Amino acid sequence: MLTYSWLLIALPLAGAAVLLLGGRRTDRWGHLLGTATVVVAFVIGLVCTISLAGLDKKSVNVDLFTFIHAGSLDIPAGLLYDPLSAVFVLLITGVGSLIHIYSIGYMAHDPGRRRFFAYLNLFIAAMLLLVLGNNYVALYVGWEGVGLASYLLIAFWYTRPAAATAAKKAFIMNRVGDVGLALAIFLMFSQLGTTSFQGVFAGVGALAGGTVTAMGLLLLLGACGKSGQFPLQAWLPDAMEGPTPVSALIHAATMVTAGVYLIARSAPIYDLTQTARTVVMCIGALTLLIGAIAGCAFDDIKKVLAYSTVSQIGYMFLAVGLGPIGYVAGLAHLLAHGFFKAGLFLGAGSVMHAMNDQVDMRRFGGLWKKLPVTFWTFALGYVALIGLIPFSGYWTKDAIINATFDRGDWLGDALGIAAVLGAGLTAFYMTRLMIMTFFSRPRWEEGVHPHESPAVMTVPMVVLAVGSVAAGYLLVEAFPLADWMAPDFGARHEATHVIAPLTFGIGITVVALLGVGLAWLFVGRREVPATAPVRVSFVTRAARNALYADQVNESLFMRPGQWLTRALVFFDNRGVDGAVNGLAATLGGSSSRLGRTQTGFVRTYALGMLGGAVLVAGALLAVTAG
Amino acid sequence: MTLSWYLVLAAILFTIGAVGVLVRRNAIVVFMCVELMLNSVNLTLVTFARANGTVDGQIMAFFVMVVAAAEVVVGLAIIMSIYRTRRSASVDDANLLKY
Repeated sequence: MLTYSWLLIALPLAGAAVLLLGGRRTDRWGHLLGTATVVVAFVIGLVCTISLAGLDKKSVNVDLFTFIHAGSLDIPAGLLYDPLSAVFVLLITGVGSLIHIYSIGYMAHDPGRRRFFAYLNLFIAAMLLLVLGNNYVALYVGWEGVGLASYLLIAFWYTRPAAATAAKKAFIMNRVGDVGLALAIFLMFSQLGTTSFQGVFAGVGALAGGTVTAMGLLLLLGACGKSGQFPLQAWLPDAMEGPTPVSALIHAATMVTAGVYLIARSAPIYDLTQTARTVVMCIGALTLLIGAIAGCAFDDIKKVLAYSTVSQIGYMFLAVGLGPIGYVAGLAHLLAHGFFKAGLFLGAGSVMHAMNDQVDMRRFGGLWKKLPVTFWTFALGYVALIGLIPFSGYWTKDAIINATFDRGDWLGDALGIAAVLGAGLTAFYMTRLMIMTFFSRPRWEEGVHPHESPAVMTVPMVVLAVGSVAAGYLLVEAFPLADWMAPDFGARHEATHVIAPLTFGIGITVVALLGVGLAWLFVGRREVPATAPVRVSFVTRAARNALYADQVNESLFMRPGQWLTRALVFFDNRGVDGAVNGLAATLGGSSSRLGRTQTGFVRTYALGMLGGAVLVAGALLAVTAG
Repeated sequence: MTLSWYLVLAAILFTIGAVGVLVRRNAIVVFMCVELMLNSVNLTLVTFARANGTVDGQIMAFFVMVVAAAEVVVGLAIIMSIYRTRRSASVDDANLLKY
């Protein structure tokens, strides 16, 4: 069965091709075809994973064809089905199916619905190629494919300037990271002569320490670009200009976690370089704080969730940076996060659907009575995210924080404290979001009549809510991910926790409740103003500007870039063009002046001939005489 | 009796021819001046042939005469056709071939 795993990629790709090439003829049934391909892919993924579980050697390599063969460069197109890619396949196709179903309802009135499903299918195909490829080049093809799909979907409403700009921003910032990934692949090829996972991991041990560290840091740059980590985090919140299902699928559950996949997949490289691993951890901890702080100040419901995503992926980076004690925790959090964040985004989409596409939380309020299904599913996602016992976040996020303290040195303690602080802030901004959206006095705009979404939208939300409640316990206790992942990351690591699990659990719950309490104190106790207060402290102002990430990017990269372009354009116009045009003008002018000497009078020519003859004769005489 | 007198005569004839070509406007006169220059050269060739005691120069002079005869035929025909179209034999009137 596993030899047919290429169908996983081929089906959504064929769906995208049919929908894009078929044009308007497929308008009536296009969304059904798009959804069907992904659901079938999910079933195939399930069957593949079950047959993988039955094998002794839990890693199946499927060679398809030769992708590139030129001289010593030989890149086969092949798939690798192992426990790591299996969980990603299930996450992508599972959450992807639910979001496709939800989109049928969400995009029902959009004239471009067929195009939307075509792009979503393209995304699923590219994402599956990313996680299934058995070499870095195949991964890179998928990596660029999801970038393209992300660009197309952010700019889905391309007539809106904000969406078009956000798409360009996402694409360009992703390119910065992609350069890192490409350089890492070049480095592998030049040093090891191969790009397959097997070949690279077998040969990397013989390389010099500096080369391995460079490889790790370049891979990290790629991961940071795709996953919205510091310093490339600014594109992710802007990407919320796309339709909400896109935010849920691509910019919360799957694509943005590709960076975590890349680092987890490259574990044998990071095993050899403690430096790169430390950088991964520090970037994760820094980003989780940046995301959490910015999330506290925004009023746009999708941007709060986007910064929450940035922050949660920061936790995953922190986890995979920890090394063997963190990989499984990070991946468990990734899976749980895929469930609850997708659910939260779908809930936000449902709220927007009810409120005439309003995203400003200051215009919501009191919606829990009007949108009961949305409220309850959202609330389950909320408790999962802030990590209350016994919901998902407690099992996965708090495991990461505890593993950070397990390092036992000052760095582990510092990063652990940052992560605990992040957990408190997470509870704060999510409670603020809940209060402003579902509780408090209604501050709706005129003519808004909230109504619950149709079943085609609520059913996926309910499924995801159930998943977000159960995922943590299932992944950590009932069917431990650690055992499933053992072939990839070594046998289950029975950690002796520095802080006893019970003490830690009580402590982290207190921190979360503290965040909830503070949110109630600052937001819930008072009236929520319908417009954001202008006179605020500098902390709030900095957080509202997302800690000035855009401003830093603009002044450090954009402006100097513009100056450079302007200087180059000036040099091109005046220097290069000037030289070429000047030469042409000189030649043209002098030729027309020289032409004047051709008068047409025979006697002038005769004089010229005589003069010439005299000159020649004189020269001959001078030579003979001399 | 020295040969140099012949050379001096040839030089004088050539100069008269060259000045005539440069200063006269009538195409027929210009043409005759060209002939004068050719014949002065012939004289020089024959003189040197005599001085060296060979016949090379004399043969060369015959060649020049043949070419001159051919040139007279073509040149006079051109002058005739120009005169017919322009009612003028002035070389300055035939100045269309220019920039």
